Amino acid sequence: MSPADLLGDYTLRTVLMGAAILGLVSGVLSVFAVLRRQSLMGDALSHAALPGICLGFIVAGERQLGWIMAGALFSGGIAALWILALTRTTRLKTDAAIGSALSVFFALGVVALTWIQAGGNVAQAGLETFLFGQAAAILRSDLPPMAAIAGLAVLAITVFWKEVKLVTFDPVFARTLGLPVLTIEVALTVMIALAVVVGLQMVGVVLMASMVIAPAVAARQWTRRLETMTILAAVFGVASGVIGAVISALGQGLATGPLIVLAASAIVLVSLAFAPGRGVVWEAAQRARDRRALRGRQVLTTLLHLAQAHRDRAYPAEEGMVDSFYGYRTRRTLERLDRRGLVATASHMPGEGRHWVLTPEGLAEAERVEADITGRRA
Amino acid sequence: MSVQAILDDPALMIMATGALVGTAAALLGPFLILRQNAMLSDAISHSIVFGIVVVWMATGAVAGPVQIVGAALTGVLTVVLTEVLVASRRVHDDAAIGLVFPVLFSLGVLLLNLYASDVHIDAHTVLLGEIGFVWLNTVEVGPYLVPRAVLWMGTMTLINLVFVLAFWKELKLATFDPLLAHAFGLMPRAMFYALLFLTSSTAVAAFDAVGAILFIAFIIAPPAAAYLLTDRLWKMLVIGVLISLLSTVLGYWLAVRLDVSIGGTMAAMTGVFLTLAWVLAPRHGLTAGLLRDLRRRRLDETRALVVHLATHEGTPEERHEENRAGALGPHLGWTDARAGTALRRSLAGGYVLREGEALHLTPKGRATAEALLEPWRRG
Amino acid sequence: MPEPRERTDAVTPTDPIRLHEPELALHAEDLTVAYHGEPVLWDIDVNVPNGVMAAIVGPNGAGKSTLIKAVLDLVPRTAGHVTMFGRPYADQRRRVAYVPQRSAVDWDFPTTALDVVTMGRYGQLGWFRRPGRETRRAAMAALEEVGLEALARRQISQLSGGQQQRVFLARALVQQAELYVLDEPMAGVDATTERVIVGLLKRLRDEGRTVIVVHHDLQTVREYFDWLVLLNVRVIAQGPVAEVYTPRNLRRAYGGQISLLRGADFEAAPGPDAPYGEGGAAAAPGEPER
Repeated sequence: MSPADLLGDYTLRTVLMGAAILGLVSGVLSVFAVLRRQSLMGDALSHAALPGICLGFIVAGERQLGWIMAGALFSGGIAALWILALTRTTRLKTDAAIGSALSVFFALGVVALTWIQAGGNVAQAGLETFLFGQAAAILRSDLPPMAAIAGLAVLAITVFWKEVKLVTFDPVFARTLGLPVLTIEVALTVMIALAVVVGLQMVGVVLMASMVIAPAVAARQWTRRLETMTILAAVFGVASGVIGAVISALGQGLATGPLIVLAASAIVLVSLAFAPGRGVVWEAAQRARDRRALRGRQVLTTLLHLAQAHRDRAYPAEEGMVDSFYGYRTRRTLERLDRRGLVATASHMPGEGRHWVLTPEGLAEAERVEADITGRRA
Repeated sequence: MSVQAILDDPALMIMATGALVGTAAALLGPFLILRQNAMLSDAISHSIVFGIVVVWMATGAVAGPVQIVGAALTGVLTVVLTEVLVASRRVHDDAAIGLVFPVLFSLGVLLLNLYASDVHIDAHTVLLGEIGFVWLNTVEVGPYLVPRAVLWMGTMTLINLVFVLAFWKELKLATFDPLLAHAFGLMPRAMFYALLFLTSSTAVAAFDAVGAILFIAFIIAPPAAAYLLTDRLWKMLVIGVLISLLSTVLGYWLAVRLDVSIGGTMAAMTGVFLTLAWVLAPRHGLTAGLLRDLRRRRLDETRALVVHLATHEGTPEERHEENRAGALGPHLGWTDARAGTALRRSLAGGYVLREGEALHLTPKGRATAEALLEPWRRG
Repeated sequence: MPEPRERTDAVTPTDPIRLHEPELALHAEDLTVAYHGEPVLWDIDVNVPNGVMAAIVGPNGAGKSTLIKAVLDLVPRTAGHVTMFGRPYADQRRRVAYVPQRSAVDWDFPTTALDVVTMGRYGQLGWFRRPGRETRRAAMAALEEVGLEALARRQISQLSGGQQQRVFLARALVQQAELYVLDEPMAGVDATTERVIVGLLKRLRDEGRTVIVVHHDLQTVREYFDWLVLLNVRVIAQGPVAEVYTPRNLRRAYGGQISLLRGADFEAAPGPDAPYGEGGAAAAPGEPER
């Protein structure tokens, strides 16, 4: 298929729009899931959607996305309440509460799924695509409910931006300003559930957790402002959705969910490594620069001390001696200093190792470093 | 009934497999829950899918020791990767777990899509397992034909049991006080990784039967229920195992009656037991907790009342202002009804005497107030 | 028999039941807070008059933070009632600014110092209105007051502990409140920050506002504050610092933890009940007494 065919392809356009909607809403909501330490709540909400999906199917009598999303939201909500109640009223901690909710609700979903299958309903074929997501199974008529839910969630975040931001950052202070903190917190959790529900069709219940974590973690590395982080997370979400959906739609029956998740995870990996300032690679490069600078200063002052000890400003120090003093090869450090014009090689007896002397500039620099160190010590 | 007849009985073999999965998991789960690492089991059981596929592609093994050890290493890899992410200080631990396992799981599913569309480990089995068919797949052990799942789950259960018994005190200390365990040279980190390796191995062995996700129910729900029922670690293990066994038998019976997924019903039953424990547990349950809160609230009201009277005892405003029945509500910010019941309870408890409108503390009431006001005197 | 408790609230020596105490910035009466069965505060009366700089002081576990949280409706009260400027807190939110402990938030949150200070205005802005230029200017001015204008665009995780505390204070300043309530603002901060905070709080007081500080350092009480509430589960004494800061009161407040206090302070004091200042032992130089 040529690119022009691709754009004209009716199914693919539907898939792309679905993927973009999913990426947008999960990207935006992932920010609040991650910052409020509710990352794994998304995991529970998505696994717990399975019984709701089946319930929606049973109620509607056929595969109708509106009902299925309503059912998923319902069972996800019950799972969230279960987690909250279990941690509030017993000594079980969040990890055990989330883990038990996730697996038990999923088990109920499996039971419901097999029950529908046993009923011999032909239309159930579409249900299993909700496990891993199947972009190709998406219908034009699925888009309006997805867009409506996603639009609602994003609109709510935009309208109540400053309240949401404050409650996420400092809920106690928000209470002293008279904000209904609990209501806003519940609303945010509900919206994470909405994001999960929108993504079920494309990503599936098992992997949707990743989509309410990865975009935010990637976006966090690039910025120090919540506004930029949210926009970036939305962009990353849309990008992973579209990339995954296109590969899946073109490929040989590859499941869409894993592809979208891998795209999002690749963005996370790149962000963690290369984001300016926060990236691991940048940090390592900075540390290497610092170490080189430190070694340069150390070697310079060593040469200065040797010169002072021998009362000879042009005392040629043997490289091997400097090496054994530091316990590592100093040639590269010396060569770097040479390039800066601070040291120079000196003539030496044949058979001896290389010798180095301080240039006048090197002498001045070494004395400056020395004064700096003693000054700081004083 | 001969041994082989038992081994040939599908119902018994299905229940045996479920019981072994439940027992093996319930032996490890308590330590994960007490360390607050239960979600690692979630990460591990998703990630092993990748390991299972890779080992299958490399060796052709779909079960057995090679498969178990090989795939279990991916489980441990998940934990290592999570720890690396957390150590980078750029990702919180909960987000780190949620980043790592979806990647490995996705890779596993895609590899299945690409290379294994026709073998028995399809994406459906990955999630749900096929416990209903475990009796079909048998291996020869001496004179007997033993279902593969029973053989390997039995082995894992035995290994877990030996591990827990052999390292009981090390595990216990490493769970409650890793620093002290380290000081004693008991290698808490090695213990932790051994525990995770066994969790992964058990997940791999259980995978054919119950799939990746239902296994999480077996490793978390029964020990969590047990934790609400007892304060002793060994009892927690025993109760966890018992709940697993009950879930297996009841789950099988129910699934057959309703004609639904056997593994799913067994896992759902562990949730039923957790709910029961939550509601009914004598000390740590919901009902007991609500009753305790109610008692505590009443006690606090009585104490507040007693302290209020004590504070104003001997002050000029005592007689006509503070220590009068009608003044309690306005002063303590209580409704008249609340003040009335609090006063009735204080009178009945012998803390307070009433003379018309005036209220006096009894010696018992005064002692209570003093203990509260000057707690440092108690010690 | 319990010993008769002396009442040192100078403002209302015999308080008849009055729900409205408009001359008191903070008035708590018969306040009891108990949670999880642990006694925290029992039937205390606290009065802080308008326009003072007050310290709440007491040993660890005395319920200092709990007191201000209960007053601000952040923890439930078992009994008692609280008014600020004569009315319940719920009606007075605009007139009260709260500075929580620094550890209350995640400082890795993606936001700048200026942004955090702007949050102080969210209450005045109300729903739907966005912070505009005027709000940002006020926030910038508050940052200048705490000496952080150069770090306005800095990500908050890159600020030192003391600077973070000053950002919190600036956030309270833009609220333009009449009562400032601060929870341990001087805990673990550098000398510069402590100087800036104390200077600002005194200026607020001099402008006629009221400042209530949970404070942990007995040594600086006389230097910084003019009103003192000594707390240990109940109110040991309260009133002007000069009257309340006596060895006898401190000994009662700190009970068994008395060894925490400098022995010298007690020996230097002339009489068992005389305030330190009269003996000249620890008089704060150049500090105007109110």
